Amino acid sequence: MTQGVVTHGIDILLLTLLAGTAITIVRMRSLWAAVMLTGIYSFLGAGWMSILDAPDVAFTEASVGAGISTALMLATLALTSTEMKRPAGSPVIPLLIVSITGAALIYGTLDMPYYGDPNGPIHQHVAPEYLQDSVPTVHGDELSIGIPNVVTSVLASYRGYDTLGETVVIFTAGIGVFLLLRGPQPQKTEEDAG
Amino acid sequence: MKTYSVLRVVSKLLIPYILLFALYVQFHGDYGPGGGFQAGVIFAAGVILYALVFGLGAARRVARPVVVERLTAIGVLIYAGTGLIAMLSGGNFLDYGALDHHHPQHGQHLGIFVVELGVGITVAAVMVSLFFAFAGRERVR
Repeated sequence: MTQGVVTHGIDILLLTLLAGTAITIVRMRSLWAAVMLTGIYSFLGAGWMSILDAPDVAFTEASVGAGISTALMLATLALTSTEMKRPAGSPVIPLLIVSITGAALIYGTLDMPYYGDPNGPIHQHVAPEYLQDSVPTVHGDELSIGIPNVVTSVLASYRGYDTLGETVVIFTAGIGVFLLLRGPQPQKTEEDAG
Repeated sequence: MKTYSVLRVVSKLLIPYILLFALYVQFHGDYGPGGGFQAGVIFAAGVILYALVFGLGAARRVARPVVVERLTAIGVLIYAGTGLIAMLSGGNFLDYGALDHHHPQHGQHLGIFVVELGVGITVAAVMVSLFFAFAGRERVR
């Protein structure tokens, strides 16, 4: 009973902080403070993910969202301006669009199975097989992978194509940004051409 | 930030552990949370911290841009190459079981290990070269 109260208390606290941080970021004019707050938002998100028993996602959120993104955004601010320009148009239409989208998303969750429901469709399809194959003791089975962290076996083996695609996307995005930011470098181009 | 001695000393102490932790996350991803993506980002964070404290020039001498640029492609090639080797060994593309015919499970372990390494290399190299690209530019205006 008390445990339930504590868990729900932490859930509500985290979600309130998430919402509060998001609203503060939206209302913020100083971009420097906004970047810092997005870092805090990412850490709260990481905390939320660990509550949902997804340590791998929490890990990614903390390292990418709070770590690298913050550093890259600060580097961008050093190149541009740290103060946001006042938006030209009226905020009514964007607010309307966001509210309708949000309402549609909340309406969509009403049909979803409860969190952790073993009868949910996602736990009925391929998940049981993956879980069984990831048990290290299953020998002789040609399909078994035997890696305790199911996330890794799904990511790298069962969904190997997806992860290859993701890696290529990161590579392509990196090359794209790199080419855009580096700009023309006369000496380098001559070297490359020759 | 070269003049702040506290920052310099603390980051000198921290950076080796950040890099070591990245390697741990990389190679322990089979058993605990983590894997190539997270490890690559943590490793890059170590290099970026070094660049922030000791200057871009020092960081470029440690992680040479020529090497880092090539590593972005090498990671992808390691990943795709593993798939091709699996094909050459008689399996499907990215079917790591084919890497070890006597023990498909060992093949899976090896394949996942190498593939995650490729992911880690690409992610770390892209993050570091992105930071170099941002930090190396002159201020606009």
